[in-house]
Amino acid sequence: MKKHLIAPAFLALASGIGSTSVSAANLTLYCSAQEEWCQLMARGFEDATGVDVAMTRKSSGETFAQVKAEEANPKGDVWWGGTGDPHLQAAEEDLTEPYVSPMREQLHPWSIAQAESAGDKTIGIYSGALGYGYNTDLLAAEGLPEPACWKDLLKPEFKGHVQMANPNSSGTAYTTLATMAQLFGEDEGFEYMKGLHANINQYTKSGSAPIKAAGLGETTIGIVFMHDAVAQAVAGFPVKVVAPCEGTGYEIGSMSIIKGARNIDEAKQFYDWALSAEAQNLALQVDAFQVPSNMSAETSDKAPDLSSIKLIDYDFKTYGSSDTRKRLLEKWDNEVSVLPQ
Amino acid sequence: MRIATTERTVHPVLIFWTIVGWVGFLVLPWYGIDEGFFRFEWLFDGYPMDTDHAPAAMLLAMGQKWWLAPLLLPLILPLFVLNRRKTEPIYAKVLISAGAFGFGWLIAQGFGIGIRGWSFDWLEALFGPLDDRQFGMGYGALLLASAYLFFFTQGIAARGAVNGDVFVVSSIGGVIAIVSIFVFFPIAKTLLAAFITEDGSYSVAVFLAKFFDDRIWALGCLFGGRCGVAWNSLFLAVLVGIITTLLGLVFALVVTRSGFRYKQGLRALTVLPIITPPFVIGLAIILLFGLSGSVTTWVADLFGIRPTRWIYGLPGILIAQVLAFTPIAFLVLIGVVEGVSPSMEEAAQTLRADKWQTFRTVSLPLMRPGLANAFLLGFIESMADFGNPLVLGGNYDVLSTEIFFAIVGAQYDQGRAAVLAIVLLAFTLGAFYAQRFWLGKKSYTTVSGKGDAGVHPQMPRRLSIPVYAVAAVWTAFTVIIYLMILYGSVVELWGVNNTLTFKHYITAFSLRLDEGGIRWTGSAWDSFWTTIQIATIAAPLTAAVGLITAYLLTRQSFAGKNAFEFGTMLSFAIPGTVIGVSYILAFNVPPIELTGTGIILVVSFIFRNMPVGVRAGIASMSQLDKSLDESSLTLGANSWQTFRGVILPLLRPAILAALVYSFVRAMTAISAVIFLVSAKYDMATSYIIGRVENNDYGLAIAYSTTLIAVMLTTVGLLQLMVGKTRIGRRMDHGSGG
Repeated sequence: MKKHLIAPAFLALASGIGSTSVSAANLTLYCSAQEEWCQLMARGFEDATGVDVAMTRKSSGETFAQVKAEEANPKGDVWWGGTGDPHLQAAEEDLTEPYVSPMREQLHPWSIAQAESAGDKTIGIYSGALGYGYNTDLLAAEGLPEPACWKDLLKPEFKGHVQMANPNSSGTAYTTLATMAQLFGEDEGFEYMKGLHANINQYTKSGSAPIKAAGLGETTIGIVFMHDAVAQAVAGFPVKVVAPCEGTGYEIGSMSIIKGARNIDEAKQFYDWALSAEAQNLALQVDAFQVPSNMSAETSDKAPDLSSIKLIDYDFKTYGSSDTRKRLLEKWDNEVSVLPQ
Repeated sequence: MRIATTERTVHPVLIFWTIVGWVGFLVLPWYGIDEGFFRFEWLFDGYPMDTDHAPAAMLLAMGQKWWLAPLLLPLILPLFVLNRRKTEPIYAKVLISAGAFGFGWLIAQGFGIGIRGWSFDWLEALFGPLDDRQFGMGYGALLLASAYLFFFTQGIAARGAVNGDVFVVSSIGGVIAIVSIFVFFPIAKTLLAAFITEDGSYSVAVFLAKFFDDRIWALGCLFGGRCGVAWNSLFLAVLVGIITTLLGLVFALVVTRSGFRYKQGLRALTVLPIITPPFVIGLAIILLFGLSGSVTTWVADLFGIRPTRWIYGLPGILIAQVLAFTPIAFLVLIGVVEGVSPSMEEAAQTLRADKWQTFRTVSLPLMRPGLANAFLLGFIESMADFGNPLVLGGNYDVLSTEIFFAIVGAQYDQGRAAVLAIVLLAFTLGAFYAQRFWLGKKSYTTVSGKGDAGVHPQMPRRLSIPVYAVAAVWTAFTVIIYLMILYGSVVELWGVNNTLTFKHYITAFSLRLDEGGIRWTGSAWDSFWTTIQIATIAAPLTAAVGLITAYLLTRQSFAGKNAFEFGTMLSFAIPGTVIGVSYILAFNVPPIELTGTGIILVVSFIFRNMPVGVRAGIASMSQLDKSLDESSLTLGANSWQTFRGVILPLLRPAILAALVYSFVRAMTAISAVIFLVSAKYDMATSYIIGRVENNDYGLAIAYSTTLIAVMLTTVGLLQLMVGKTRIGRRMDHGSGG
C-alpha cells in the first residue's frame, strides 16, 4: 500500500528537476560579487532589456575553476565581478573573449589600462584599495597604539595580533605580497613580509577571513581590502579601517565574456550595460563599498575615499602574469613561511 | 540448484529487456532533450522527424548519424535465442556477445564523436574529417544501454556464474556500470591531471616531483618545526576515528543496554550534529572557545591568565569533527549493538561469567564489524571534511583544504590538487585494508533462524559508570552548542549586539497572502524548495543502491569482489571539491551532459553518500545467519524474493541509517555542491555560505536552524515509516515478549 502512495509523489517531485531553461533571449551570468549585488545586477539587467538572466554566484576562484572545467563546452556567457587576478588568468589561458565596448570612454583610466594589459579580454568594473582594519575594543583592552602605516604592523607589541590570508590560497594576500614588492621594491618588500611573519597569528585560507575574525574579536588586526573592512564596520562590528600612510596597492574587480558563449549578443549587451553609470550605481543599494569604474557613477559616502589614499601604480601586466605569480609565491614559501614565529 | 527454472524456454526477463531495447531504438528520442529530462514538450515539437528529437531508427532512415547503425545488430541477435533453453551454449554465447558488442559500441561512438566531430586527433587522421557532430545521449540511448547491459548479464548468468542467478548477476552488472560511470570515470579524469606537464603531455616525473614535495611529507613537527599536510591529516583522522567510535559505542550502549529513560531524546540529540550545516558548529565553537569566546574569557578571568587562541588548530578541528561525526558512528553501531544475540550473552552468564567478562569476551568481539566500520567512516569523513578545518584550522593545514585551494586559490594548480587527492586516497585505501585485516575471516553472525529469545543484559557496573559520565558530559556539550546556535538566530548580531529579534527569520522565510494565493516572498524559499526536492529524490535512491551493494558484498562471492567493494567507497573518500570539479569535467560534454541540471546534484549525492548505506548494510548483514537465506531459497523463493522478503525486513535499522544519512547529507553537503549548483538549482548550503561571506551571520544561522528543524521532523517521519525490526525477542526488560 505504502508504495502506491509514494510512487506518484516521487514522480511529481522528479518532474521538476533535470531541466535547463531555454527561451527567447537568455543570458547565463556567473557572478563573483556578494549575493545581493549579484541579484540586483541580474534583475536590473532584466528590467532594462527584457533578457532573461540565469545567475549563479560563486567566489572568483571557484568561478575560474568552473570556467576552466567547462572549456570544451561553455555553459556561461558573462562572468561579472570578483578580483581581477582570476580574470587575468582566464585571459591568459584564452578562456575569455576579447571585446571593445563603446562604453570605454566613460571609464577611469585604471580600468582601461587593465583591459589593455589583458588584450581586451577583461575590463575593470570597480576597484578597491588594500589596507587593514582593527578591532577597536581589543586594541583598547590590550593597550596597543593605533596603527596607521604598513610599517607599524612590524612593531614587536603587535606580535600575535595580526592576521592575513595565505597568498597561496587567496588573491587578496597575493595582492598584499605584490603590493609590498612594488611599494618597497622586491628585496625590501620581502624583508617586510619576513618582519610581518613574526607578528602573524594565522594565515587564513580565504581572503576576507582576517577582517571577519577581527570583527568577532578573534584577532586584533586583519589585512584585507578596505571595502571588506568597511562592510564589517557597517554591519555593526567594532572595526576601524586604516589606509596605510606609505601608500597601497589595489584590486580591480573585473568582467569578462566567456569564450564560446552561447548568447554572445546578450553577453555584449550586458557588458555594455554593466559599464554604464546607471548599472554601477546599483552598488549603492547593497552596501558595496568599492569605487566604480564609470567616471560618472557615484561612490558610497561610507566607502574609503580613493582620492585621499596614496595608490601605487600597480603593474597588473607583470604581477598578474602566472610566471611572476609563481616566482613570488615560491619565494614567499621558501623564504618567509618557513621562518620561526 | 533450481533446475525447474533453467529448463524453461520462456524468458520473461529477457523478453522485457528486448522490448526495452527496441523501444529505446525505435521510439524514444536518441539525444538529450535541451529542455530537460522530465519535460515533454518534444512530443509536440516536430517529433519524430525533427533531428533534435528523433529516435535513432528515424535518424538512420533519414540518412544521418551512420555510426548508430551497428547498434541494430546486437538488438536483432537476441531475438533468435528467445525460444532456446538457458542450458544451451548458444543462448549464453549470443547474449554475451550481443550485450558486449552493443554496450562497447555505444560507449565507443559516444566518446569518439562529440560536439566538434571526432573527439580524438588520431580518429580524424584515420578516417578523415567528419562534418557531423552529436550532443549528449538521451532517453533512447539510456534504454538501449540498459538493454545491452542486461543481455550481457543474462548471458553470464546462463553460463552458470553465481549459480546462474539472474538477479544477482544483473545487480552486480548494474552496480558496476553505474559506479564506473559516476565514480571511476570522473575521478580518473581528474586524477590524470597529476601527470600532466605544463605543455600538456603526460609524464611520471612531474607526478613524482609533486608527490615528494616537502609541504606534503615534512616531518618537522617531531623536532619542533612543522609537519607536512599528509601527516597532519593522518594524525587527525586517526584521532577522530578512534574518538567517534568510542563515543558512538557509548551512546549505543546507553540506548540499548541501560535503564536510561529518555532514550528517544538522546537519539535525537546525537543525531543533531549530523544535520547541522557545517560552518554553524565552527562558528558556535569560536564564540565559545575563541580568543573572545565566552568560555575562554570566563576561564581567563577566573584564573587571571591571558586568553589565547588555543582553539585554532588541531584542538578546534578535533572538537568540531568529533561533534559532527559521532552520530555516524552511533548510527552504524546502534544496529550492531542491538543485533548481538542475547542468547550468546545468556549462555556466557550461565557458564558463570560475570557481566564484565561477558561484555569483554562475548558482546564486544561480536560488535567488531560495527566498530571497524564506524572507525572507517569516521576516519574517511575526517580526511574529506573541509568546512571545519577551514573555519578552525588555524595554521594546521590538512589535505582537504589544501586541495580546495589548489583548485580555487591563487595558484590554479589542478595538478597539485590531483596529487594531494591521490595521497588522500592512499590513506583511505590503507584504512580500508587495515579494517579488513582486523576483522579477519571470523564470523560475526548472531541473528539466525533458530529461536532467539532473551533480553540484552544491562551493562556491567564497571562499564556503566564511565559510560554514563562520558555520555552526560558530551550530551551537555552538545546541548550548549545548540542552545548557542538557536540563540544566535534570534539576536541582531551574534557576539556584538544581543538584542532579540525575529528579523532574520522574516527576511528568509516571509510569506504574503494575496489573491494569487501564497506568495513566497522570503529570500530563502527558492533554494529551500530545491534542496528539499533534491534531497527527497536522492535519499531513497541512495539507500537502494547502497543496500543492494551491501547485499552483494556480504551474501555473494564473485571475482573482483574486493576491488568492487573499494570502488563503492571511492567517492566517499575523495573530498567533495575534487568530486565537484571531476563532475564538471566529465559531465559537461557528450556523451553524458548533465551540468546545469538537477540530475547532476542528485547523482552526486547518490554516489557520495551511498557508502554509508553500504557500510551500515554490511555491518548489519554480517550478523544475519546465511541459513535464513538458504531456507528461503530452499522453499522455492528466488534471490530477489529472498532479499525482499527476508533480508530487507531484518535490515530496518540499516535502511533507516542509509535513508536518514543520505537525506541529511543532501541538505548539508557543501564542497561538491558549490561547483554543481546552477541558477535554477541553487542549494541551501551554497546560499548560506554566500550569506556568511557577506557577514549575514544571523540570516545564515536562522536558515540553518530552520533546516535543522526540517531535518529533525523528516528523520522522525522516516523512523515511523520504516518501522522497527522485531528480531523475535522480548524488547523491554521485564515485559515479556
